[in-house]
Amino acid sequence: MKLTLKIWRQKNSEDKGKMVDYQLDDVSPDMSFLEMLDVLNDQLVGKGEEPVAFDHDCREGICGTCSLQINGKPHGPDSLVTTCQLHMRKFNDGDTVYIEPFRAKAFPVVKDLIVDRSAFDRIQHAGGYISVNTSGNTQDANAIPINKDDADKAFDAATCIGCGACVAACKNASAMLFVSAKVSQFALLPQGQVERERRAENMVAQMDAEGFGACTNTGACEAECPKGISLTNIARLNREFLGAKL
Amino acid sequence: MQIGSNFPAQIPEGPLADKWTNYKNKINLVNPANKRNIDVIVVGTGLAGGSAAATLAELGYNVKAFCYQDSPRRAHSIAAQGGINAAKNYQGDGDSTYRLFYDTVKGGDYRSREANVYRLAEVSANIIDQCVAQGVPFARDYGGLLDNRSFGGVLVSRTFYAKGQTGQQLLLGAYSAMNRQISRGKIKMYNRHEMLELVIVDGKARGIIARNLVTGEIERHSAHAVVIGSGGYGNVFFLSTNAMGSNVSASWKIYKKGAWFANPCFTQIHPTCIPVSGDHQSKLTLMSESLRNDGRIWVPKKMEDAEAIRAGKLKPTELKEEDRDYYLERRYPAFGNLVPRDVASRAAKERCDAGFGVNQTGEAVYLDFASAIERYGKEQAHIKGMDENDPAVYLKLGKDVIANKYGNLFQMYEKIVDQNPYETPMMIYPAVHYTMGGTWVDYNLMSTIPGCFVIGEANFSDHGANRLGASALMQGLADGYFVLPYTIGDYLSDDIRTGKIPTDSAEFDEAEKAVKDQLEKFINNKGSKSVDYFHKRLGKVMWDKVGMARNEQGLKEAIEEIKAIREEFYKDVKVPGGMNEYNEELAKAGRVADFLELGELFAKDALQREESCGGHFREEYQTEEGEAMRRPEFQYAAAWEYKGADQEPEMHKEDLVYKDIEVKERSYK
Repeated sequence: MKLTLKIWRQKNSEDKGKMVDYQLDDVSPDMSFLEMLDVLNDQLVGKGEEPVAFDHDCREGICGTCSLQINGKPHGPDSLVTTCQLHMRKFNDGDTVYIEPFRAKAFPVVKDLIVDRSAFDRIQHAGGYISVNTSGNTQDANAIPINKDDADKAFDAATCIGCGACVAACKNASAMLFVSAKVSQFALLPQGQVERERRAENMVAQMDAEGFGACTNTGACEAECPKGISLTNIARLNREFLGAKL
Repeated sequence: MQIGSNFPAQIPEGPLADKWTNYKNKINLVNPANKRNIDVIVVGTGLAGGSAAATLAELGYNVKAFCYQDSPRRAHSIAAQGGINAAKNYQGDGDSTYRLFYDTVKGGDYRSREANVYRLAEVSANIIDQCVAQGVPFARDYGGLLDNRSFGGVLVSRTFYAKGQTGQQLLLGAYSAMNRQISRGKIKMYNRHEMLELVIVDGKARGIIARNLVTGEIERHSAHAVVIGSGGYGNVFFLSTNAMGSNVSASWKIYKKGAWFANPCFTQIHPTCIPVSGDHQSKLTLMSESLRNDGRIWVPKKMEDAEAIRAGKLKPTELKEEDRDYYLERRYPAFGNLVPRDVASRAAKERCDAGFGVNQTGEAVYLDFASAIERYGKEQAHIKGMDENDPAVYLKLGKDVIANKYGNLFQMYEKIVDQNPYETPMMIYPAVHYTMGGTWVDYNLMSTIPGCFVIGEANFSDHGANRLGASALMQGLADGYFVLPYTIGDYLSDDIRTGKIPTDSAEFDEAEKAVKDQLEKFINNKGSKSVDYFHKRLGKVMWDKVGMARNEQGLKEAIEEIKAIREEFYKDVKVPGGMNEYNEELAKAGRVADFLELGELFAKDALQREESCGGHFREEYQTEEGEAMRRPEFQYAAAWEYKGADQEPEMHKEDLVYKDIEVKERSYK
């Protein structure tokens, strides 16, 4: 099939950036979206032009490196997939496709479609861990039975891949879903109880310091999350935060 | 030359089961005050590098960690699916440290180092304890205790898992341990940085040259020791299950500085991957080996059925039970669908080469869940008191069980292939997945360059010629959490009076110049073909002639062809953009240049190894039944020493001695 691509090009963080049009023929429906961009880039390199820079690595939907706002939606039109697992069969011959970086004040553009998501790392530095040293002398893994329901919920929260789609989907560019996933994982497990209050307070404080917006419960984050992280986690984060402040 | 004279493997004396304990009791330690004055560089932040960085920082060393990704959380360990082995014997099914050791040595076809494997099995249980303490949410049963599953090549259930995302959960555990140390200032993290050279001062590894991938700046970093945990080299095949950025460059740079590279031809071709769909393909996707617990592998028995399926005239679900060839169950009744990966991969290739492949290219077999869905469904119906003979009831219940176990994998398959694996069998084919070979290290995990340690997939020692499922995660974390922190301390105890290593020395000048020269060469080359063009050509030679089956003639041709591609690459590669900016093509050019050298050594290693063992299959050496024919005279690790650009590398042999395990024919029948 043939496509018209409108792609955000921005040389570096200082550059103003603009949308540029590209025509691409012979797109196979079996290609992934990123393989389609590979084909475009191969053609650009052939012409001596600079290829479109985009983030990607595992290409199997788990590393969280790929991003892209495709036709206005983070990770494109399909649900519960990352851009690397989006396939061209979701598009039609003759379509025009708009490809932009994730937009948020806390995610400055590095180049073209690549943004700097290190704010997410800094939030994790503020408390996304359980303080336990590596010794080989921790207690036996089966010493504390954990209710399966809680273990499953903690796991579901822990499957967040840190891609930033929740932020890109949110009209306030809030990072609440991301933060709540980590806070929930540990709040649901006995191992996480000791630092429970500090963790909620410190991670929220760092989130605010990074310039992410407030949550107004529109649920766009959950709708666009490629891993289906539930909004319930945000409710839990609010409870944890309130509990810590009281 | 034999290993043992110049570079002994440093295996401690004494009975196998006591070696590690005795070793730990006798090594030198560094006191906490002195650790503060010692810097360690860790390259790579996967399970091995991440766990090592966190643990060394906890101990008090100043760690500088480097990864090419935008965050350490994205290292490719994250994509590991099925699980992690540990000899906990929670199931009471006869597991023990010795049995895990035995299975691993046998699974590796007696080409791994006995003492290292025993140590791995010994510390495996600690890994699970440590990860649970960190909050890793492993699967549990209703009693609240940890659940286990079984993996290929073993007869016990010792694999701990978190659905099909075990690697993700373990890596996020190591990442969280790193985050704690980053917040304390004990780890300085360098994201989007790539190591491009090792710096050796007075014979010791004392630093690296790295490139900031965002600004293009070339940076000097010094330390008292350098740890490489940069993963495997499967991307030499272009198409593999590795991440797009996975590369051999850190390992290759140290090889060219004197670290021997062992057994490059030991590469794992994983049997259950989604088949190639077309020329545009950029990577291959694994379907976890855990699926073989419940999926049955088959192809049609009759050629006409296979042809009809390929032509789209017949659906697999229409084929009667007696017309299907469950070839693994037929050939290996004892292990069935759970034979080790090398055996399963070769068996799939054998059926497809014989003309029974089931997709358009003829390179796919079925992985079928219908009987598991029925079995689980009936069990659930019985538990719930429902009609266990009503298909509408048991099919629904059975699909729920399968979804609970493998939901994310089934979803991934459907998104990629556009077929529903709950209704029709999956199509799978082998793909390059893991590399058992890597930098030669001694018992201390130190390479032949003093002060340069290599951990995880990047080293060679634990998996021999074939890695068992769920053992990669175990090894990465064992090295990083529990082995290296001891062994590196013994080495660093000599460095307490050294002081900061300066970066303005002639050695750093020279290393930086070499890096800049190569980058400039690429930018100024003005060729006509993209980096990927050469990478794909290399990959095709590797897959066709150095892939699942190898022979002397093919390997000799491959060596010449790779040389030719390499020459053409340097003449005709085109790298747009500049040096001092984000330039992925430039980064790729450097990685492919290294793959083009590694590929040749890989083929040479496969050529000298005139036997079949594990993932290395030489067509000349097979039994009448088509099984691998191992030869006792090749019971060694081949460690290659770089001798210069135009020189042949020298091969050193480390004889592999097994005192506590009988070397037997490896049978899974």
